[in-house]
Amino acid sequence: MKSKCLIKKNSYYDSVTLMIITKEVESVQGVENAVVVMGTEHNKELLNNVGLLNDETSAASPNDLIIAVKLEDDSIFDSIVQKVDELLNKKRSEAGEDYYPPTLDSAVKHLPESNLVIISLPGQYAAAEAKKALLNDKHVLLFSDNVTIDQEKELKTIAVERGLLMMGPDCGTACINNVPLAFANVVKKGCIGIVGASGTGTQEIMVQIDKFGGGISQAIGTGGRDLKAEIGGLMMIQGIEALAADEETKVIVLVSKPPALEVAEKVLKVLKSTGKKAVVDFIGGDDKLVLDYGFIPAATLEEAAYKAVELCSKSVDEVLGLEVPEFTKATAEVEKAVKAEASKLAKGQKYLIGLYSGGTLCDEALKLFTKEMGDIYSNIPLKPELRLPENAEIYKNTAIDLGDDEYTVGRPHPMIDSYTRQQMILKLEKEQEAAILLLDVVLGYGSNEDPAGTLVEQIKSVKASFDARGQHLCVVAGICGTKGDPQDYSEQVRKLEAEGVVVLPSNAQAVRFAIKVLREVL
Amino acid sequence: MSKVNELFKTELKVINMGLKSFSNELKHQGVTVLQVDWRPPAGGNPKMIELLNRLKDRK
Repeated sequence: MKSKCLIKKNSYYDSVTLMIITKEVESVQGVENAVVVMGTEHNKELLNNVGLLNDETSAASPNDLIIAVKLEDDSIFDSIVQKVDELLNKKRSEAGEDYYPPTLDSAVKHLPESNLVIISLPGQYAAAEAKKALLNDKHVLLFSDNVTIDQEKELKTIAVERGLLMMGPDCGTACINNVPLAFANVVKKGCIGIVGASGTGTQEIMVQIDKFGGGISQAIGTGGRDLKAEIGGLMMIQGIEALAADEETKVIVLVSKPPALEVAEKVLKVLKSTGKKAVVDFIGGDDKLVLDYGFIPAATLEEAAYKAVELCSKSVDEVLGLEVPEFTKATAEVEKAVKAEASKLAKGQKYLIGLYSGGTLCDEALKLFTKEMGDIYSNIPLKPELRLPENAEIYKNTAIDLGDDEYTVGRPHPMIDSYTRQQMILKLEKEQEAAILLLDVVLGYGSNEDPAGTLVEQIKSVKASFDARGQHLCVVAGICGTKGDPQDYSEQVRKLEAEGVVVLPSNAQAVRFAIKVLREVL
Repeated sequence: MSKVNELFKTELKVINMGLKSFSNELKHQGVTVLQVDWRPPAGGNPKMIELLNRLKDRK
């Protein structure tokens, strides 16, 4: 095996573009390993890990493009460089011939009426650009992570002083004026305003509100750390106050992982002062606290959506007494499907394996499963002792968040690129005690253009392996998407069902279905 | 009216720094978006960036 590299000085490209190109180069015959990256310190570590760091690649700057390849025959390297050039040119022409200002300052001069700056730069540069945007009186959506909590505090303090939105860091979704931003679904306009500290949690609530016939006025993301004591809910409070003053918003939904108690109380007090009806989903948090303030708690993201839609036309007391239907389909139809799946499982098949692209969806699966069935292992466990053992990718009942940092080093998020999940699905072949594979399929802007299509081949292959040894793998998928999303919802469902996947319209329903099947065989 | 509530009543006009896919998707929805051709300041040298930021803060 030989190593070849080429440095292109002063050629900056974003990480997702380069990861997609890396994958294309890796698919070339004779290439064992390819790394197409900017010369940052982090990327040099990646190069070192695969034995491609040398004097030349070490000397590259973060502004230089590195093309480094391990290959059988180095005579094909020139054609690989040509391929990279073609792909980069294609990306450029897809983006159009528009003027691209080189800095934020010049962009503000060029488009002074701009009101929102979206930042998805590498974390170490992102905070400085976000600060500049705020000081120019622009609202900010900061998608980047790796921003320190001190920087977050500084940015949000500036934003509050100036009356601006500082969504993020690590804000994956928002919907402002009915425009989906970052990873977000196309939903109807309506009277429900959301402030969310959880990306896929907010997405799932928006999608389910749309399915229950409701609509969204605004959805404001805060980033996952906003309700930590250090930040004190600065942006959630800013968001609540804006929704309070917004005539379109009749009902408010808050969603977050359980906050620090003093922050929860502070936020609920502000919410109370708005006089608006609200559903508060502190996922797995204290229902009593929420009830004490006169708001409606929710056990699942779907329930939060259902109750928010009902609140648009009913009183809090009326909605408190309602129960969200367990399944959208008729009970008899669901029971029939459960029995059909369970009857095909062989003796000894008893575990659920969840492979998730959405962190909050995975967390919801862990909580629902624990409540009904007991312990489940994870990389984002509910208790420290349920962390997956070292070197075990799967252990007994397991649900994995494949969007967590350990799975995304050098790769795009699994909502964009299914590679890691594809590999994990194929590896299930050897898991003879597995009964159920549980998946989330997230549609919408930002996500892969055909998420179902990227998984079906691997599902087909692993199901065939189980069949060949007289077993069956029950595959259940919850779709987080709407009919308005760019991926064609019906076609996504059709692709999955064609491979025998049981498709449910929410994550909560998918988990419930999986539990019902397990109950039949345990 | 607060600036956030003003935003709710104004057409969204976006400056995008980073992933070009975000720009393309906004354009697809008919939103005005200006992509910044961003590259790391000071050639990506962390010490130089810190010095530049300090100079800017002094201004």
